[in-house]
Amino acid sequence: MKPGNLTRIITILAILFFYLPIIVVVVFSFNSSKSPEWTGFSLKWYYQLFTSSGYIWRTFLNSMIVGVSSSIVSVVLGTLGAISMYLGSKKFRQVMWTTTYIPFTIPDIIIGVSLLIFFTTLNVRLSLFTIFIAHVTFSMPYTMMIVLTRLHDFDKSIIEAAYDLGATKSVALRKVIVPVAMPGIIAAFFMAFTLSIDDFVITFFVAGPSSTTLPLQIFSMVRFGISPVINAISTLLLLGTIFMSVALRRYVRYII
Amino acid sequence: MTSKHERDEVLSSGSGYEKYGSIYLIWLVIFFVIPVIVILAYSFLTRDYQGGIILKFSLQGYKDIFNLNYLTVFIRTVIISFISAAICILIAVPVSYYIVYSKLKNFLLLLVIIPFWTNSLIRIYAWIFILGNNGLINQLLLNSGIVNSYVKFIYNNAAVLLILVYTYLPFAILPLFSSIERLEKQLFEAAMDLGCTKRQVFFKVLLPNIKQGIVSAFVFVFIPALGTYAVPELVGGKNSRLIGNEIARQLTIARNWPAAAAISSILLILTIIAVIVFIYGGEKRETR
Repeated sequence: MKPGNLTRIITILAILFFYLPIIVVVVFSFNSSKSPEWTGFSLKWYYQLFTSSGYIWRTFLNSMIVGVSSSIVSVVLGTLGAISMYLGSKKFRQVMWTTTYIPFTIPDIIIGVSLLIFFTTLNVRLSLFTIFIAHVTFSMPYTMMIVLTRLHDFDKSIIEAAYDLGATKSVALRKVIVPVAMPGIIAAFFMAFTLSIDDFVITFFVAGPSSTTLPLQIFSMVRFGISPVINAISTLLLLGTIFMSVALRRYVRYII
Repeated sequence: MTSKHERDEVLSSGSGYEKYGSIYLIWLVIFFVIPVIVILAYSFLTRDYQGGIILKFSLQGYKDIFNLNYLTVFIRTVIISFISAAICILIAVPVSYYIVYSKLKNFLLLLVIIPFWTNSLIRIYAWIFILGNNGLINQLLLNSGIVNSYVKFIYNNAAVLLILVYTYLPFAILPLFSSIERLEKQLFEAAMDLGCTKRQVFFKVLLPNIKQGIVSAFVFVFIPALGTYAVPELVGGKNSRLIGNEIARQLTIARNWPAAAAISSILLILTIIAVIVFIYGGEKRETR
């Protein structure tokens, strides 16, 4: 049955609702005036962003350091978790499922507050390292689920076949399980990276004074009000997001 | 064959593959389970005015919450989260239904996924840029002489609601999309053949069959909305502070950690109740 006109109109309106505000921000990043009235095309806000905004780039660098390191660790641990969940005993699977599902469900702010209190109680100084720990913690359930979904797309009989053909456990792992999981592992890495780069709330609580990330920087800039430099940052981040979304579009369903 | 034994071992339970997952489990226990337990414990301890706590049992954290009249904040948070989840569902059901049967399915799905991945601060900023006191619309109104001073469009509950819906709508569309996509197309054809109108197909065939998807979509919006911090902080007014803002305020400004822990514990309990009511109240979710 073809959906009626009403659903079409609602869909078009929803898409406009998603994109109009973003398009306005992108357009005004090229405005020559500081205030939001169009006075002519200019690249001066990008120029300002690239030449005299060192503090913003330092926060970007922090975000990249945490993003890359936390997603590597998150993917390695998540993949091992997924393999154990795929092949482990039923009881073990239930423990894994519960431990994965709870951090997945509860609001981010609880993860942030609990880690802040935890680190402070143990006298751990807040730094990029504490952000790294927090990011691995909240992204691991995602990486585990993505790799697991990928493994579930395959019949377990390929592993039985590997054993029947004389493979040992470690050979089966290296030559069969990991190659099969590879597309999931790659997707999981990009997903963890994106989650890390985007995170605000959890980072807000576990960041120290000298470990500001890009989202924290944007937050404090937005708080001061509108500025075309934020429009320029938004436009660049949006380009990155579009690229990621196209690359990851098949895998988004794995987490829903 | 040496591997015959291993093969049987793998296919039976207790295959030894559990050890691969042990680091994953240990990590989550240390950095998630224990910290959450610590929060629950902190909510029953005594406040140290330097920040932090003194190891002495006390209910002062919870008393402080009631003295500060946080009940309104809790009720407001639940109501705003509920309304935004309901609005998201109302929009998401027709949208995902349309996308599933559209010729442009993959493209439209991508258009939903892009905002899903876009940094939420940027998406909040877009609305501040348009509706803020110095924003685009106010600039237009002032320049055209319609108003003499700016109109306050944001910094109220309506703005919080609007931007929560804007932020979380993709979270509602994606699970509904998967649940509608899983339905057999013939189901609708059969209903039409038996004389159902389009409206009847929508309400009597589609909706009952995607009940579980609706529940998931609701939870995906409702729970993050309960813990939202940035949205009310950036576009809310004095009377739109939510649980998230109060947790942050108690932690950073008031430095009353037992109170912050108590609010967090109540938020945690609200979340657990929501999960039980919405997920286990419906059908049991498949755990693979």
